[in-house]
Amino acid sequence: MNILLAAVGGQGAVLASRILGKMAQNSGLDVKVSEVHGMSQRGGSVVTYVRFGEKIHSPIIEKGTADIILAFEMLEGARYVEWLKPGGTLITSSQRIDPMPVITGTAEYPEDLEERIQALPIHYKVIDALTYAREAGNPKTINVVLIGALASTTDIEEEKWHTAIKESVPDKLADINLKAFKIGFEMSQLTKSNGENDEI
Amino acid sequence: MKNILLGNEAVARGAFEYGVTVASAYPGTPSTEITENIKKYENINTEWSPNEKVALEVGIGASIAGARTIVSMKHVGLNVAADALMSISYPGVNAGLLLAVADDPSQHSSQNEQDTRYYGMAAKVPVLEPSDSQECKDFVGHGLKISETFDTPVILRLNTRISHSQSMVELQEKVPYQLKEYDKNPNKYIVAPAVAKKRRVIAEERLRKLEEFAETTELNTVEYKNRDIGIITSGIAYQYSKEVLPDASYLKLGLSYPLPRKKITEFIKNCKIVYVIEELEPIMEEKIKSWGLSVIGKEVIPIIGELNQEIVRASVLRKTIDGVKSELSKEIPVRPPVLCPGCHHRGVFYVLKKLKLHVSGDIGCYTLAAFAPLSAMDTSICMGASIGMAFGFEKARGKEFSKKTVAVIGDSTFIHSGITALIDVVYNQGNTTVIILDNSTTAMTGHQDHPGTGCTIRGEKSHAVDFVALAKAIGIKRIQTVDAHDITELERIVLEETQAEEPSVIITKRPCVLLKNASLIHEPLSITGCKGCKACMKIGCPAISFSSGKAEIKKDLCVGCELCTRICEFDAIKKEA
Repeated sequence: MNILLAAVGGQGAVLASRILGKMAQNSGLDVKVSEVHGMSQRGGSVVTYVRFGEKIHSPIIEKGTADIILAFEMLEGARYVEWLKPGGTLITSSQRIDPMPVITGTAEYPEDLEERIQALPIHYKVIDALTYAREAGNPKTINVVLIGALASTTDIEEEKWHTAIKESVPDKLADINLKAFKIGFEMSQLTKSNGENDEI
Repeated sequence: MKNILLGNEAVARGAFEYGVTVASAYPGTPSTEITENIKKYENINTEWSPNEKVALEVGIGASIAGARTIVSMKHVGLNVAADALMSISYPGVNAGLLLAVADDPSQHSSQNEQDTRYYGMAAKVPVLEPSDSQECKDFVGHGLKISETFDTPVILRLNTRISHSQSMVELQEKVPYQLKEYDKNPNKYIVAPAVAKKRRVIAEERLRKLEEFAETTELNTVEYKNRDIGIITSGIAYQYSKEVLPDASYLKLGLSYPLPRKKITEFIKNCKIVYVIEELEPIMEEKIKSWGLSVIGKEVIPIIGELNQEIVRASVLRKTIDGVKSELSKEIPVRPPVLCPGCHHRGVFYVLKKLKLHVSGDIGCYTLAAFAPLSAMDTSICMGASIGMAFGFEKARGKEFSKKTVAVIGDSTFIHSGITALIDVVYNQGNTTVIILDNSTTAMTGHQDHPGTGCTIRGEKSHAVDFVALAKAIGIKRIQTVDAHDITELERIVLEETQAEEPSVIITKRPCVLLKNASLIHEPLSITGCKGCKACMKIGCPAISFSSGKAEIKKDLCVGCELCTRICEFDAIKKEA
């Protein structure tokens, strides 16, 4: 399983990838997670890779081989669509954060992004992760809301996700994150994932 | 027990398991988490050093005094520590001395792509290259043992992908290790010519012995499968190759310097075509070719940037994988890193740009002020360079030019290597104005303490370097401290000090907005009655955007720093009621 996480630096993609890594470890699988630290973290485009299975060699995902892209921002998901294998799934937060070239007016945020993505041979889900994270009690939990959305598209037992979340966040934040996971899971479950554009 | 660990965490675990009791480092991506994790082991005396040279000197002292020691840094940090490395090579060590050095291919967070293996060759010290987290841990043990057996410092060469990838690691009990006796041995450790000339001969003999060791060590493994393609590789390149070419034959070099000539010759003889797949420079390849052996290397493998499966596949098999095809990515605007919302550097650079100054910059978060729309920095070359370079501007173009110039440097960078340049300015009668951007942390690498914060790596209270007293002591007479948020006062001070006929230091003070104890983070602001003048767009705040002729503030990004309220001439930006 190859999962690519695309985000804006500071959105919590590293923690999300660690939760995925923990879950795979607890399932007895070989796993590699590749993270981004340093300069690009300061509001820049960040990508992390999570791979698990029988035996994993490279920590990074080759173009055209990702099963799932979990995007924390619309533009960032679209940036990496070529990493998906045909028929792969793009789950994206509907949040829009303008990159600096858009803010300064030297570039434009493509307004037809959604239509362009819908035209691709992939499954596509949009989730308002920021609103659900606020509902869970902390806007920072968008990463775990998205993990919930991802979990709903897999056959992995819910309990395994709960354990991985509890092992990855500080004790005092466990409840709020489990709530975020539940909302993400349930809201995502309410929609089809059959290649149509599902907005939730 | 197995656990999933970051490469850097695994190095730290290795230090613990193999009896390291002293660790020192200066933070630098991608090496920082080695030392951040080592500090969790209470029996290891751990420090953030002022810079990498000091870190290595502390390490050399600890080794001679009998402690197994690890010194960590990023690749360019080894440039700073190079004098110490080159000088300790001939004398050698007492207890094991390991330098964990993390390269940054593709320059994710660095000014260059230098290949640390060249330092191994230049210093004639062995280089180990782990290919996953398990090996990161194991190779710490091997490295310390090699260091003690062959009486040499050892380089553990990591890189971004190894350091910042998590993979499974078998955890073990700590191996009992006793502090060795202090090695009081001037005939070894005084590198005056009389001693050093003798040690030079010993270092050369040591290299011959290491070459023999390379032939037999378990660090270098041969794996024969299909012999049509043979791959000689090391480090992360092994993993990329193995994934693309699982059935090829492999010679994997965990000890990548010095090379095992016999082993390599035999491997090449046993395979039809042999590729040398190495990231960055053709170091193994050139050595192998110098022996008259035929291999394919940089003819097909790129010399620039990180490798990956796609590159190995295209280079060796001339194939690509058919994935989703889309033109989208080409049209999507880039998202470069930016100063955070509420960052105190933003106002400082707004002022410097407004005053149209030449800005000699340095390395840290504030380097991001070089990019649009602030575009307020002319140069940023290496750690600590800002002050010496500004003085160089003055020497080339005279005092009037100097009055239009400032050097800007962060607090951690100033301590790292800015102080000596400031001494030069005073000593050689310069005019240079230096702004120390004091945000009370080493921010870019993830908020490490330093000698100016008054706190050690373990959070113990310590003396905080007093920048005002320091500047005074080295002979600066004009020193002013200002709140980085008070841009009106800052502008006045910068004008005053750049015009002064003597060197001056301005300290802009405010803790980084991301620090837990930062006083900021108020409620977000909002804009009513925007005239669309775009003045607030000049500060490059990620929370302010412009559409349909008006500026607007994104509530989920705004932290309420109020810098924009000082810039808006129409008083349109206010706290939400």
